[in-house]
Amino acid sequence: MHFFSQVATWFAQVTHWRGANGIPALFVHQVALTFAVVGAALVLGGGAGLVLGHFGRGALLAVNSANAARAIPTLALLTLFAILPAISLAWNGFLASFLALGVLAVPPILTNTYVGVREVDRDVRDAACAMGMNAVQVMLGVEVPLALPVVATGVRVAAIEVVATSTLAAYVSYSDLGTYVIAGLDTNDTVEAFCGGLLVVLTAALVAVVFARLQRLATPRPLRRDGTLLVRAGTSTAVA
Amino acid sequence: MAVPGGAMIAGLFEWSALPAWPTVRADLFQHLQLSLLAVGIGLVVSLPLAVAAWRYRFVRLPVFAFSSALYVVPSLALFVIILPLTGIGTVLTAEVALVGYTLLILVMNIVAGLDAVPRDVREAAAASGYSPAAALVRVDLVLALPYLFGGLRIATTTVVGLVTVTALIGLGGLGRLITTGFNADNGTEVLAGLVLSVALAAVLDLLLVGAERLLVPWSRGRHRLPAADARA
Repeated sequence: MHFFSQVATWFAQVTHWRGANGIPALFVHQVALTFAVVGAALVLGGGAGLVLGHFGRGALLAVNSANAARAIPTLALLTLFAILPAISLAWNGFLASFLALGVLAVPPILTNTYVGVREVDRDVRDAACAMGMNAVQVMLGVEVPLALPVVATGVRVAAIEVVATSTLAAYVSYSDLGTYVIAGLDTNDTVEAFCGGLLVVLTAALVAVVFARLQRLATPRPLRRDGTLLVRAGTSTAVA
Repeated sequence: MAVPGGAMIAGLFEWSALPAWPTVRADLFQHLQLSLLAVGIGLVVSLPLAVAAWRYRFVRLPVFAFSSALYVVPSLALFVIILPLTGIGTVLTAEVALVGYTLLILVMNIVAGLDAVPRDVREAAAASGYSPAAALVRVDLVLALPYLFGGLRIATTTVVGLVTVTALIGLGGLGRLITTGFNADNGTEVLAGLVLSVALAAVLDLLLVGAERLLVPWSRGRHRLPAADARA
C-alpha cells in the first residue's frame, strides 16, 4: 500500500505534468521519435523491398534480415553511435537514437515488403505487363497495393519494436518517457522508475493500437480477420 | 583540453582498451546463463499453454491475447514495473521479463505446428490404438517439432539481444561491457559487447540448427521463412 501511495503522489505532482520535462512533453518526444524512425524505415526498407521483390533479387538478404537483426543489441548500437564523435549527442541524442532504432526498424519492413511483392500472383503481374505498364507502373500500380497488407504488418511489428526500444534512447540523453526510468534507476528511486515504466507501457500500447488500426485500413475488407490486436511474432507464414 | 575526435576514433578499435579476459569471460558466461534460463523456462511454460490453446478453442484467445500484451510491453519498462516486487539486480527480475518475451514466440509457433499436423495422420494414430494423450506426445508433438525449433531459434536470438538491457537494472552479462564502455567513452568495450552478443546468438542458433537436424531429420530442406506477422 505504501508503495502505491508513493506512486499516486508522484503522478499527482504538478511539476511532473508541466514544462519541457513534464509527462506530456516527454510523451510527444517518444512518439515523435517512433514515427520519425518508422517513417524513414518505411521509405528505406519498403523501397528496397519493393525493388528487390520486383526483380526477384537478393532473396537471401531480404528474407533473413528481419531475423538476423533480432540478434543486434540496440543498447550497444545506441551507445556506440553516441560515442562516435561525428554523431555523439547531436540534436540532444536524437540522431544517435534515430540511427540505432532505424537499424532495428528497417529489417522487418524490408522482409515483409519483399515477401509481399513476391507473393503477388504471377498472372496479375503478367497481365499488367501485357497491358503495357512499365516496371515503375507495375510496382506502384499493381504490386504496392496488393502487397500492402503484408507491408503494413511489417510496419506494425517495426513500430512495436521501435516504441519499446525508444525507452533506451533516454540512456543516451534523448529525453522521452524513458528518462524517468533511467533517472529512477540511476538514483535508486524505484517509485520514479516504476511510474516511468507505467507511462512507457501505456505509450507502447497506444502505438500498438494505432498501428493495428493502420494495418486494418491497409487490408482490403474481405481479407480482414478478427483478433486485430494480436501479434503473431516470428511465426512462419510466408513461403517464397 | 583533449582533442575530442582523434583520440576517440583511435581508441575505438584498440585492444588495450578492453577489460581483462576473465572479466569478459564472466560477463559472457552470465549472459549465456540468463539467456538459457529464460528460453528453458519459457519452453516449460509455453508447452502446456500451447497444447491447451490448441486443444481447447476457448483457451486460445486468452492465451494469445496475454502473450501478445506481454510482447508489446517494453523490456526496460517491464523490468522496472516488477522491480518493487522482485528487487533490483536480482535474476528473478530479469527472468520474469525475459520469459514473458519467449512466451508469445514459442506459444504461437508450437500452436502453428500442432495445427499443421495432417488430419489423416491423427486419424491413423487413433486407428492404430493410440489414446489421445499418447497420440499427443508421440504423434502430434513430434510432427510439430520443426515449428518448435523455429520458435526456439527466434526466441533464443531475441533473448540474447535483450539480456544486454539487464545491465541497466544492475545485472552482469555483456550489457555491462556496453554500459561501462559508454560511461568511460570507450568505444572498443561497447563494440566488444556488441560483437560478443551477436556471436553468442549466432553460436546458439547454429547449435539449435544442429540439434534440429539430429532430432528432426525429415524437416531438412523444407525450411520456412519466418516473416514478421501480426494479424490483419
